[in-house]
Amino acid sequence: MRPAPAPRESVSPLRQLADVLYRRPNLYLALLLVPPLLWFGVVYLGSLLGLLWQSFYTFDDFTMAVTPELTLANLKALFQPANFDIILRTLAMAIAVTIASAALAFPIAYHMARYTSGKTKAFFYIAVMLPMWASYIVKAYAWTLLLAKGGVAQWFLEALHLQPLLQFVLGIPGVGGSTLSTSHLGRFGVFVYIWLPFMILPIQAALERLPPSLLQASADLGATPWQTFRTVVLPLSVPGIAAGSIFTFSLTLGDFIVPQLIGPPGYFIGSMVYAQQGAIGNMPMAAAFTLVPIALIAVYLSIVKRLGAFDAL
Amino acid sequence: MHSERASWGLRIAAWGGLLFLHFPILIILIYAFSTEDAAFSFPPQGFTLRWFAVTFARPDVLEAIRLSLQVAALATLIAMVLGTLAAAALYRRDFFGKEGVSLLLILPIALPGIITGLALLAAFKQLGIEPGVFTIVVGHATFCVVIVYNNVIARFRRTSYSLIEASMDLGADGWQTFRYIILPNLSSALLAGGMLAFALSFDEIIVTTFTAGHEKTLPIWLLNQLARPRDVPVTNVVAMLVMLATMLPILIAYYLTKGGEGVAGSGK
Repeated sequence: MRPAPAPRESVSPLRQLADVLYRRPNLYLALLLVPPLLWFGVVYLGSLLGLLWQSFYTFDDFTMAVTPELTLANLKALFQPANFDIILRTLAMAIAVTIASAALAFPIAYHMARYTSGKTKAFFYIAVMLPMWASYIVKAYAWTLLLAKGGVAQWFLEALHLQPLLQFVLGIPGVGGSTLSTSHLGRFGVFVYIWLPFMILPIQAALERLPPSLLQASADLGATPWQTFRTVVLPLSVPGIAAGSIFTFSLTLGDFIVPQLIGPPGYFIGSMVYAQQGAIGNMPMAAAFTLVPIALIAVYLSIVKRLGAFDAL
Repeated sequence: MHSERASWGLRIAAWGGLLFLHFPILIILIYAFSTEDAAFSFPPQGFTLRWFAVTFARPDVLEAIRLSLQVAALATLIAMVLGTLAAAALYRRDFFGKEGVSLLLILPIALPGIITGLALLAAFKQLGIEPGVFTIVVGHATFCVVIVYNNVIARFRRTSYSLIEASMDLGADGWQTFRYIILPNLSSALLAGGMLAFALSFDEIIVTTFTAGHEKTLPIWLLNQLARPRDVPVTNVVAMLVMLATMLPILIAYYLTKGGEGVAGSGK
């Protein structure tokens, strides 16, 4: 950092402008804020509100035309059994994926926070960050390779002589399917894989703030490791779990690529939105479907806010 | 501090979790070199570099790479400007609606991509804008801003304000202070944020499917390949390249912001 040269005699217009801005901090603030606000307040928020508004437009099934006559028909249609099934299916998957991610993420996060330091911690951190940022579509593609007939998963199961177990699991209704790559289980596994790192890092951050003296105190007071875990570690990590669950829940709720590539046929909210606006051309119904994740996420955020998720983000 | 050792169960669960996270990535790296040209069989029969040559002779692949690079570069540029402006405005000042502004910046990554994508598509349709490179860039820039913003505001918060006051006391005006004090301080955070934004844009598919029209970015090209599994080897090579293109910026960004909090971990 070298000291800036200060010209004495001639006061350049640039400098005059800088001085004006320095004397009027509010003008300076306004100038800084205008470009991002134009982009986000006008372009982005405007588009969002426009979309919400369109969910009240009328779609004519016969002419396939959208007219700006306001109606509640689209919102009512969401509660038709066929559409409501889609919503329930997506919601159930989002909840299952969130619970499984938390269960898988916890040991990794706990080990990272408590038993690693220096180089090992950095290694773990990068080892979680890399799969998190690695291309989403390629990760989904990798799983189609893994689960395909004659693919890696099958090879492992054969090598371990576990096919009977696989057949049994695939036979369970609501979980299985005809093959791994067309089963609910397969889709669930891919979702958990893709969103798992988003759960690990917030839990790790929450556990990082847990003072080791608390654990020592708990042990001194005669608690078994399991009691310490249940009554000290777990409650204090709830904000981290809640923060991570925002990602796993919201990302699963809106996804339409994974359901398209892996798992049994049947729409998810995301694939329904995509089909409605694309193949069918029913933008009002697509817009109405986007209200579902918005509403669910709003409810979800208000729940996890009470659990302290926002302080752990 | 950490004198006790982790129990075997915990260690196996933690390392097993890491293995689970990396195994599919490893598979992609292996299959790109597989000699077979149709099946997914495992273990691979042999290894070859032939498919790389085949891939780079394909005009559709090259065109998709070019488009993705172009979009990512433009979106990153916009995100760096807007993200830095927003960070500079928000980090020390308190004003009415400040919470609202920061919420607005996060919204594009907090809401599912289908909502952002569909909202932008609906707006473009209403305004009569044809989907194309411009609309893809608008969509990408919208969710990339917050990445740059997070990195830059974290750096602002760690930079002592007395540096800026000292510069002013020594007679520098606002421009000089920006040029010689603020910018050098921000540079690595800006670069890291830019890298992450680039990786995010390069890989984005959900918003892109809505705003791309007939244009094919590399992820969309890949998705189309999966629906029609014709030339598997070319798909495998492209998958590996995309994987590397998104992972390397993360490593670089990590080293650029090492020792600081508030780096990329705040989510895509």
